[in-house]
Amino acid sequence: MPKRKDLNCILIIGSGPIIIGQACEFDYSGSQSLRSLREDGIETVLINSNPATIMTDPKMADHVYLKPLTTKSIVEILKEHPNIDAVLPTMGGQTALNLCIEADEKGIWEDFGVEIIGVDIEAINITEDREQFRELMGKIDVPMAPQATASSFLKGKEIAQEFGFPLVIRASYTLGGAGASIVYEKEDFDELLSRGLEISPIHEVMIDKAMMGWKEYELELLRDKNDNVVIICTIENMDPMGIHTGDSITVAPAMTLSDRTFQRMRDMAIKMMRSIGDFAGGCNVQFAVSPDEKEDIIAIEINPRVSRSSALASKATGYPIAKIASKLAIGYTLDELDNQITKSTSALFEPTLDYVIVKIPRWNFDKFEGSDRTLGLQMKSVGEVMGIGRSFQEALHKATQSLEIKRNGLGADGKGYTNYDQIIDKLTNASWDRVFAIYDAIQLGIPLSRIHEITKIDMWFLKQFEELDALEKKISTYNTIESLPKQLLLEAKQKGFADRQIAHMVKCWESEVYNKREDLGIKRVYKLVDTCAAEFKAQTPYYYSTFEDEIETASGETYVANESVVTDKKKIVVLGSGPNRIGQGIEFDYCCVHGVLAAAECGYETIMINCNPETVSTDFDTADKLYFEPVFWEHIYDIIRHEKPEGVIVQLGGQTALKLAEKLDKYGIKIIGTSFEALDLAEDRGSFSTLLKENNIPYPEFGVAENADEALALADELDFPILVRPSYVLGGQGMKIVINKEELEEHVVDLLRKIPNNKLLLDHYLDGAIEAEADAICDGENVYIIGIMEHIEPCGIHSGDSNATLPPFNLGEFVMQQIKDHTKKIALALNTVGLINIQFAIKDDKVYIIEANPRASRTVPFIAKAYGEPYVNYATKVMLGDKKVTDFDFNPKLEGYAIKQPVFSFNKFPNVNKNLGPEMKSTGESILFIDSLKDDEFYDLYQRRRMYLSK
Amino acid sequence: MKYQEKRKALILLEDGTIFYGKAVGDKQSTAFGEVCFNTGMTGYQEIFTDPSYFGQLMVTTNAHIGNYGVYEEDMESDSVKIAGLICKNFSYVPSRALADDSLENFLNKNNLFAISDVDTRALVSYIRDNGAMNAVISTEVDDIEGLKAKLAKVPSMKGLELASRVSTKEPYFYGDENATYKIAAVDFGIKTNILRNLAKRDCYIKVYPYNATLEDLKSWNPDGYFFSNGPGDPEPLASAIQLAKDILEENVPFFGICLGHQILSLSQGISTFKMHHGHRGINHPVINHTTGNGEITSQNHGFAISREDAEANPDIEITHTHLNDDTVMGIKIKGKNAFSVQYHPEAGPGPNDATYLFDQFIDNIKHQKLETV
Repeated sequence: MPKRKDLNCILIIGSGPIIIGQACEFDYSGSQSLRSLREDGIETVLINSNPATIMTDPKMADHVYLKPLTTKSIVEILKEHPNIDAVLPTMGGQTALNLCIEADEKGIWEDFGVEIIGVDIEAINITEDREQFRELMGKIDVPMAPQATASSFLKGKEIAQEFGFPLVIRASYTLGGAGASIVYEKEDFDELLSRGLEISPIHEVMIDKAMMGWKEYELELLRDKNDNVVIICTIENMDPMGIHTGDSITVAPAMTLSDRTFQRMRDMAIKMMRSIGDFAGGCNVQFAVSPDEKEDIIAIEINPRVSRSSALASKATGYPIAKIASKLAIGYTLDELDNQITKSTSALFEPTLDYVIVKIPRWNFDKFEGSDRTLGLQMKSVGEVMGIGRSFQEALHKATQSLEIKRNGLGADGKGYTNYDQIIDKLTNASWDRVFAIYDAIQLGIPLSRIHEITKIDMWFLKQFEELDALEKKISTYNTIESLPKQLLLEAKQKGFADRQIAHMVKCWESEVYNKREDLGIKRVYKLVDTCAAEFKAQTPYYYSTFEDEIETASGETYVANESVVTDKKKIVVLGSGPNRIGQGIEFDYCCVHGVLAAAECGYETIMINCNPETVSTDFDTADKLYFEPVFWEHIYDIIRHEKPEGVIVQLGGQTALKLAEKLDKYGIKIIGTSFEALDLAEDRGSFSTLLKENNIPYPEFGVAENADEALALADELDFPILVRPSYVLGGQGMKIVINKEELEEHVVDLLRKIPNNKLLLDHYLDGAIEAEADAICDGENVYIIGIMEHIEPCGIHSGDSNATLPPFNLGEFVMQQIKDHTKKIALALNTVGLINIQFAIKDDKVYIIEANPRASRTVPFIAKAYGEPYVNYATKVMLGDKKVTDFDFNPKLEGYAIKQPVFSFNKFPNVNKNLGPEMKSTGESILFIDSLKDDEFYDLYQRRRMYLSK
Repeated sequence: MKYQEKRKALILLEDGTIFYGKAVGDKQSTAFGEVCFNTGMTGYQEIFTDPSYFGQLMVTTNAHIGNYGVYEEDMESDSVKIAGLICKNFSYVPSRALADDSLENFLNKNNLFAISDVDTRALVSYIRDNGAMNAVISTEVDDIEGLKAKLAKVPSMKGLELASRVSTKEPYFYGDENATYKIAAVDFGIKTNILRNLAKRDCYIKVYPYNATLEDLKSWNPDGYFFSNGPGDPEPLASAIQLAKDILEENVPFFGICLGHQILSLSQGISTFKMHHGHRGINHPVINHTTGNGEITSQNHGFAISREDAEANPDIEITHTHLNDDTVMGIKIKGKNAFSVQYHPEAGPGPNDATYLFDQFIDNIKHQKLETV
C-alpha cells in the first residue's frame, strides 16, 4: 500500500543539545528523516534547540524552529502551522519521545488534531515502564532476568533480600543508564537505591538480578504497517553484560552465535516488536545469552525508536534505517521500497556483511577530574569510532587507530602495560584502556583462560587478540625490513597492523615499511559497503580499505581487486573530525558536511574521510565518495595516492584534521585554503606574538617553558595569576590558572608527565577581564567578520563552557572597533584563506588577543544559524578560490540576541568537581533567541556572572 | 600460541581465472565442483551438510567461518555434502560450550578440503558477473596446466542428475510411529530440518529413495506426500516427474520444497532453467500473494521454474514471488491438493518466517481426512 494521502505536513522533534548518551547520531537520523519525507513531497516542520546540527539548516526542512524543546514551543509551532497533520517523535532520541509523551498527556496533540506516527504512546509507555513491559513479556513467553520494581526505599530492600547480590538498580525513565548501578555488596545497596529513586523523574527503580558475564546482543528492526518485520543488523557486544552497551566494544555481524540460537533470538525480537503496539517504524531490542550449554536467551529491553545503535547499524550495513523508518511511518510498506544501496532489489530484506565492523567508544575521563573511570551500567563515553575490515582483527585495529589517543593500534608501540598487577587490575576494572590491556596481558603471557575468567569476554575474541600477538612476535624476529618476507608483511597488513607498528617490530622507519609495501605491490584496496556481500551490483560509493591476495586473469595478468574506481573529475578531500569528544563535537561535522556540499557546488568531486559512525558526514549520500577510514596518516595518505585530489581541506575537521596538515605539507599535498605555514604560525606562540607586535596588537604577557625550572623563572616576569597550557590542544585540555609557585610547579610536572616533550605556554592571566571572540572569512585580501560574541562569564571559563551572546551585549563602540580592527589585521597577516576564529580578553577598554585559530571554530555553526547565513559554504568557496569575499551578498538577519548556552553531562559523574575553568567540560550547546536584554533568561545568566566575579 | 604458517593455495575457474589464498590446515589437496556462493552470516554447518549443495565448491561470503565449531544437532544430513570450501577467515579454535568439535576437525573427518584467505568478495563479484561455473581448489599452485586439464573433464551442472547420489538407498522412518499423520517423503537429498519440522507437527515420516514408485508409496497408505530438496538439474529426473504426476491423480495432499517444487512444476509442463548464479543465502525476500505479506527466507537453488510457463498454465496459481528478481517462489495446483515452494521454509539455516507452510500442509491433510471420513 503506498504512502498515506492524508499526511501532508509533519513535525519532527530533534534531540536537543549533545549530552552523554544522546549525541550527534540523532542529527544523522533526523537529517535523513527530513530528506526522506521531503522526497515524498511532505511539508516538514522541525523543532530542535541545537544549532550545531545539519538538520537545523534552513535547507533541511521547510520550517526550522530553533526553540527550546518544551511543550510551550510545541504549542507555538502548532499555532503557527495549523496544517501539521502528524508528529514523528522517533528520530530525536529519548528527549523527543519524552516531549511527545508530555505533550500527549497535556492533550496538545489532540487539541491540534495531530496524529503521532512512527510509534504509539502505548508502546513508549510499555517499554519504559518496566513492570508493564515485564508483564507483557511474560504473556508472550519471552524470558527476562528476575526483576522487580520499587517506588519506595522499603520495597527496594525487600526485593534485594529476595534476589540476593549482585543486583542491578535502574532508574525509570532515564537516559543512557543514568542512576543505574551494579551492587555487589549489601553495604552499598542503601546509598545506590536512594540515588536511583532520586534520579528517576517518577521516583521508581527497577531491581534486576545481575546477569554478569552473559553475552549481550542488539538487534535493529524495521516494521511496516502490514506487520512485515526485518532485522537490519545484529550487533554483538564484545564486553559482556555488566557494561552499558554505549560503553561496550561492539561488533557486527554477531561473531559467536550459531544459526539456531540466532534464529531463536530473531523470532523473539519480532514477537516483541509485534507485541508492543501497532506502529510502523524502527525498533531496537537487546538480549543476553547465557554462555553455557543452555544458550538461554533473555530480553533486556526494547526501544521503539531510532537509536545510537541504529545509526551504527546503518553505517555498519549501508541500510539507511532512519530514512526507511520515515517512509514506513507515512504508510509505505517494505516491499514497495527499493534497497537504497543497490537500487535494484527490495528494501524488504536483511543486509548481509562480508566484512566486520568494530565500534569502540571514546571516553573523556581526563576532563572529569576525580570521576569514577570504571565502566558499568551507566554510559560514560562521549563519542565513538567504527573500524571496518575484512576480519575482526583488521576492524579492531582500525578502530583503535581511529581513537586519536596517540596509539597506533594494538601493541607494537612501546606503550603497553608490562606490570602484572596493573594489567590484572585493568582487566578487572574495565575502563577506556581495557582493549589495550587485553593485548598487553597476552603479551605478558597471561593465559587466555585467566583473561576470560576475569573479563568474561568470549574466547573467540580473545583468540583473535592472541593471533595478533603471535604474528607480532613472529615479525619481531626479523631485524630488518629487507628480510621480512612478503607473505608475512601482507598478513600483518591484512590483520590491520599499521606501517608504524610494523616499523616498531622490525626497528625501522614508517616510510621504509611503506616503501617496502610499494616495492612488493602490497597495495591497499577499497571495498564497498553494499548490504548484500556483492550478490548485487551496488550504486553507492561507500568504501573501506583492506589488503587482499592476488587474482590472475586467464591471460596471466595479476591484480588485486579494487572497487573504488577513480574518475577523471577534479577532486577535493575533506578530512573529518573523528570521534566526538569534549571540545570537538558535532560542530565540526556540521562544517565538514557544508564543506563537502560547497565543494560539490564548485564542480568538484567530493571525497569524505571520517571514522565516526554517528555523523552526517559519513552518510553515504553526503559526499560523492565516502571512505569510512581512520583519520590516521597512513590511511589518508593511501586514499590521496589513490584518488589524486587537487587538495585537502583540513580547516573544517577540528584539531583532528588540522594536526595532519604538517605531514600533508611535507609530502607535497596541497592544503586548500590557509597554508600550513600560517596554521603553524598561529599555533607557535613565539612567532605569533612577534606578528602581533609587528601589527601593534596587544596580548597578555606570556612565555614558553619546557620544564618546571623554566616555568618558575618565567613566573617572576609574568606575575600571577598565570594561565598554563600545553601547545597544540583543543578544548583547553590541561589548561589551568595558577596563583602561586607551588601550584605552578605541580601543574607543570603533571602536564609534562601526561604529554611529554610538549612546550608549555604561560600567560599572564587578565583577572576579571571580559572575553569575546570573532569569526571571520578571509580570502587573503578582504576580511568579512561573520560574528562577534561576548561571553557572559568572565575570562577564565573556557569559551566552550561560557554562555555567550551574539552580538555582544555591553561592549562599547570603541572596544568593538578594536576587535574588528585586530581581527582584520590578524586574518590578513596570517594570509588566511578561509575561516579564522580569534579570542579576545578585554580589560579597561583595551582588547588583548588570547589566541587565533585559522580554521572553522565551534561557534561558526552557531553564528550561521543565528544569522541565517551559510558561512561555511562561503568559506569553502573562498578556500577553493572559486569566490572572493567581495562576491557574497552578506545579509545577516537577527532581531535581538542569540544566546549560546552550554550543556553539561555532570550527572554521569556524580563525584566530579563541577566548577568551570579554562578546561572545557560541556558536551553540547543550545541556542536561545531573546528579543532584548530585559529577557529573564539573560538576566539569570548575567546574575550568575557576578557570582563568578565575587569568587 | 605460536604463529602458524599456511600453505599457498588457489581456486582456478573454468575460464582460467585464478584467485590465490591459503590451504586450511596442514593439507595438500585438490577438489573439483561448481563454484557457488552463500551469503548467510550464520549456519555454515547446516550449509555444508545440506545435500542440495552436493558437488558444489562453496564460497562463504561471511568474513569469518568456524567461530562456533560444530554441533551434532546442527547437521542437515549425516555428512558434509559440499565438494570444497572457499572462505576469507577460518577459525581454527571454536568458542561454544555446546560445540562437539572444531570446524577444522569436522572437515578433516569428512575429507573435505578448504581454502581460506581468498578475496572472496572479488570472487563473488566475478561469479555474479560471469555466472556459476566449474572450478578447482588446490594446493598444486605450480601445476596450473595440470589442474586445467583435469577441470576440463568435470561435467557441467546443466543436465546433471545428482539426486541419485545423495538419496537414501533404502526407505527409513523418522519420528514417532504413533503420530497422527503419515507422510511419504521422497528423498532427493532431504534436509533433516524438514523431517524435524514434520515430526514436530505430529507426523510420522517414511523416507523413500528418489526412484520410488507410486505403488511403493501407496502401499504404506500415507496421509500426505512430500518431495524434498536436492542437488542438480531437475530435468533428468524423469521417473520422479512421472511420480509427481501420478500422485496428483491420487488427490492426496502434496507438498514440495526446492527440487521437489521444480519436479512438481515439470510434471505440470512448466519448464525449468539454470539460473545465472542462483540464490543462496538466508536473507531472500519473498512476497506471499495470498496474504500480501513479505517473508525473509532461506534459499539454495541454481535452477528455477519458468514464470512464463507458469503464467500460461491455467491450472497453476503463482503463490509466491521473489521480490528482488521476480522469479517464481511458490505455486499451487488449482483443483488439486498440491503446493510447493522454491525456498526453504524449514530454515536450518535461516529465518523461521515461512514455517507456516508446514502448518498449511498439515491443515490440507486434516481437511482431506475430514472430507474422506
